[in-house]
Amino acid sequence: MDATTPPPPGGRTLHRFANPGRFLRISGRVLPVVALLGLGLTLTGCVWGLFFAPADWQQGDAVRIMYVHVPAAWLASFGYLSLAICSVLSLVWRHPLADLAAAEIGPVGAAFTALCLATGSIWGKPMWGAWWVWDARLTSVLVLFFLYLGHVALVRAFDDPQRGYRAGAILALIGVVNLPIIKFSVDWWNTLHQPATIKFTGAPTMYVGMLWPLLLCALGFTFGFVAIVLARTRAAVMERRIRGLLMARAQEADAR
Amino acid sequence: MTTFLALLARELRLSLRHGTDTLAALLFFVIAAALFPLAIGPAPETLGRIAPGIIWVCALLAALLPLDRLFGADLEDGSLDLLLLSGLPASAVAAAKAASHWLVTGVPLLLAAGPLAVMLRMPEEAIPVLLAGLLPGTVVLSLLGTAGAALVLGARRGGVLLPLLVLPLTAPVLIFGVAAADAVSGGLSARPHLLLLFALCAGALPLCPLAAGAGLRSAAE
Repeated sequence: MDATTPPPPGGRTLHRFANPGRFLRISGRVLPVVALLGLGLTLTGCVWGLFFAPADWQQGDAVRIMYVHVPAAWLASFGYLSLAICSVLSLVWRHPLADLAAAEIGPVGAAFTALCLATGSIWGKPMWGAWWVWDARLTSVLVLFFLYLGHVALVRAFDDPQRGYRAGAILALIGVVNLPIIKFSVDWWNTLHQPATIKFTGAPTMYVGMLWPLLLCALGFTFGFVAIVLARTRAAVMERRIRGLLMARAQEADAR
Repeated sequence: MTTFLALLARELRLSLRHGTDTLAALLFFVIAAALFPLAIGPAPETLGRIAPGIIWVCALLAALLPLDRLFGADLEDGSLDLLLLSGLPASAVAAAKAASHWLVTGVPLLLAAGPLAVMLRMPEEAIPVLLAGLLPGTVVLSLLGTAGAALVLGARRGGVLLPLLVLPLTAPVLIFGVAAADAVSGGLSARPHLLLLFALCAGALPLCPLAAGAGLRSAAE
């Protein structure tokens, strides 16, 4: 396809942000706000949850790990969803920033999934009497973790970065079938993991004094996730720019 | 359609001429499964209980073995570019490759699984169900494997990367396949598990060649 073809009307709004310079300018202004929001909300939520929220009548103080576990689990799936959206953007519109963002979401999402698995396992030992059980929810999250790792490895396995982005995008879209399985695993199978407490339809079935710090933590974690991904994508854009400058200089020296 | 069949015939002829390469996966399957009785002891009650799991896991690993040569040789000598120019859509090329992988690796695994199950002292009434589960199971493995092989085409150390990508995706097939055989041994109906396996197969049949075709196109660019 001709490089000078104007983007289709629907894609034009997206392509405004494809300009790396504009992205760097906008994200440079947004990043400190998002990072501070993330840090502040997470700290508030954690302090509230750890010291002021009531202990559970059945689980005692062990319930407090929920304020880390649930936001991490939510971000593990949210991260994969954003990875899939970036993949669609990169496959359909060849959006260059979506490529970079997808490559940077991978490790961050894997880290949050690992955090979710680790905190769940620490909670499971006193509550279920085992570090790990092979029920549907835990297994599907473990598969999600492996999918993240596979994506991270695949994107970085090619000498030509473009090829890595394409392959990673296709893999991310194949792996997206796992997301509904994670979401509904607690409803479809009779799992040890409890079903969802907070639903879009209907009131949450938890005490409001525990709900508030949990929501604060979830919001804070989300802002934190966005901040880390933004910072990493900015670094990747600048890295690419530096490589371009170095290549240009090497070619200049060659020509002389 | 004629081009598709011609491509399939070419693949089958190639694998016939490289007989040892083709048999290697089957031999791996048999030897790996034969190691389990040596490792965990020959007690029939233990062996018979875990036999479906052994056979499924070994079949899965054996099906992975020929995958890195599935497109690798074609990419190296340039015939992949010709295949993509042959008028077939890239997904049809991938579908032909998946079909040849299933015929050359999946069917022999299926044939060897029966005798192996007997050797592993599996309850006799569960063996037909195990094979009925392996039938759609190996098809899904071939399809997913083809998609994975197309994705890692041209990667550094693609052979190491391939299992990392494909194995997590095969988890549902493994779970339902073993559950079907276990259900019969426990006196339950295997029907729901087998239906789910066939549903997975029906889903993978159109989707995996599409993904593999996209991977092939980006590899040949």
